[in-house]
Amino acid sequence: MQRLCDCCSNPATVHETLVENGVKTEVHLCAEHAVERGLIVPGPHGPALVVAKLLQGQVPARRAVKTCPTCGSSMQAIREAGLAGCPLCYRHFDEELGALITRAQGGASVHVGRHPAHAAELVDRAALRNKLARELREAVSREEYERAAKIRDRLQALGGQASDAFAEIDTSAAEEGGALP
Amino acid sequence: MTPSESGSTGGGPANSTPSSGAPLHTSRLVRIDDTQPPPDADCVLSSRIRLARNLLGFHFVNKASPPMLADVVHRVQSARLGGPFTGGVRWVNVQATAAGDRLLLFERNLISRPFVEAQHPRGVAISSDETASVMVNEEDHLRLQMLAPGLQLVPLAERMFALDAELEHALEFAFHPRFGYLTACPTNVGTGMRISAMLHLPALRLLEELDKVQRAAKDLHLAVRGFHGEGTDALGDFFQVSNQVTLGRSEHDIVEEFSSVIVPRFIAYERAARKALLERDAASLDDRIYRALGILRTCRLLTLDEAIKFLSRLRLGASTGRLTEVPLALIDRLLLEVQPAHLSRATGCELGEDRAARAEFVRRSLR
Repeated sequence: MQRLCDCCSNPATVHETLVENGVKTEVHLCAEHAVERGLIVPGPHGPALVVAKLLQGQVPARRAVKTCPTCGSSMQAIREAGLAGCPLCYRHFDEELGALITRAQGGASVHVGRHPAHAAELVDRAALRNKLARELREAVSREEYERAAKIRDRLQALGGQASDAFAEIDTSAAEEGGALP
Repeated sequence: MTPSESGSTGGGPANSTPSSGAPLHTSRLVRIDDTQPPPDADCVLSSRIRLARNLLGFHFVNKASPPMLADVVHRVQSARLGGPFTGGVRWVNVQATAAGDRLLLFERNLISRPFVEAQHPRGVAISSDETASVMVNEEDHLRLQMLAPGLQLVPLAERMFALDAELEHALEFAFHPRFGYLTACPTNVGTGMRISAMLHLPALRLLEELDKVQRAAKDLHLAVRGFHGEGTDALGDFFQVSNQVTLGRSEHDIVEEFSSVIVPRFIAYERAARKALLERDAASLDDRIYRALGILRTCRLLTLDEAIKFLSRLRLGASTGRLTEVPLALIDRLLLEVQPAHLSRATGCELGEDRAARAEFVRRSLR
């Protein structure tokens, strides 16, 4: 069966196996994400180019496996167990888990429905951010650049990504003496 | 030891009655009020809604240490459980409960199979009418569950959301603006809600038309499971269908579609199959039903599989009016009482497959 990219639903074309402290970790990426992570370089390439890069010290010999700083889970461990380790895994593996969830949920990627009272402001802000992002795309496609710039400024004032909003919840929990070590 | 005797897991629960000592009602599960036939009970044994919730600031159960899990139990016990629990709540420390009692709770659909066998700190709150339970430290920190006989998902959902809202006052649930309620298994995020109906489809099986159900379930993104839900086999023509999509649709929409469109479609298939069977060869159907009654009234050894199989035939007879001498309520009660832990409790036999004790118990019940 065709392996899928760890970061999105495209077929993986780059495969890397890392062994660190006796622990084997596999990484499977599509070309786009492999370029993004520096595993391959865009444009013409070949063994000679790789050797040249190594000589220039541009290709790291070893790369650390990304883990959730809260519970220590890696994405591979989550895939193998079919379980995340803690709520913050969803923030640290936002992209990878987002792709996995969308596949499992028949294409759906955004929650609709009930939410806890403590998250009401975040939900409203996320909805506003999505609306502004939509308007920004429309403004750009219509070449209304002045309007697009204003929308961009409003988006920036809101604080960027939805995952940043989630970080606010985490911080408040820690301040209240949450049980995490 | 009864589950009640195992007592509370400590911590001074807000409204529990952990030491009431009242035994669980062995006759209760899918039929609460015998005077009112539940809606669509001819084809639907029971309806269930389950919500998965996790506490912010704690590792999920699979990664949490025993002290952290004990802390989760303590926090949930300290929260006020409203809605169906206002009439009284029994807390069971599952870790300290005997295997037979854990199995009893499982057979009554109050806890899951993995919850029976786990080793870590965990507990379950059970409402006094046994229609609601909250498993603490199953796969997620909280698994809220409500059960009702027949097809009653809309009222169940209302009660469930009232309970969820009340718990939110005391517990902070992990939530993400995009992924919704966060669950240990990434495929449960969003609403964290699973709704299911336990269908009784004997006529579809007799006509070898169960593939119709399988096809429809696949088209509608539903899971089809066995008698006790996930990881269990279909017994005696009982099939549990449940939603798989939990993200991108509101709880209300999921419940509405499941209750008004999906389950009614399966009911319509089964009723059409029953009608076809009766029109084609009523004598053969009657023979099948009354042979089952004869076996159950006279047998000397009875396995669980056989008991469920023959009770399923009686259920078909009772719900189509072909069998009037055994009420549907008694059949549904026996479906529960022939299971190992209930049989052991009722007859004093050893826990396990005691065919002689089961045969005698059923004979006596159908006299």
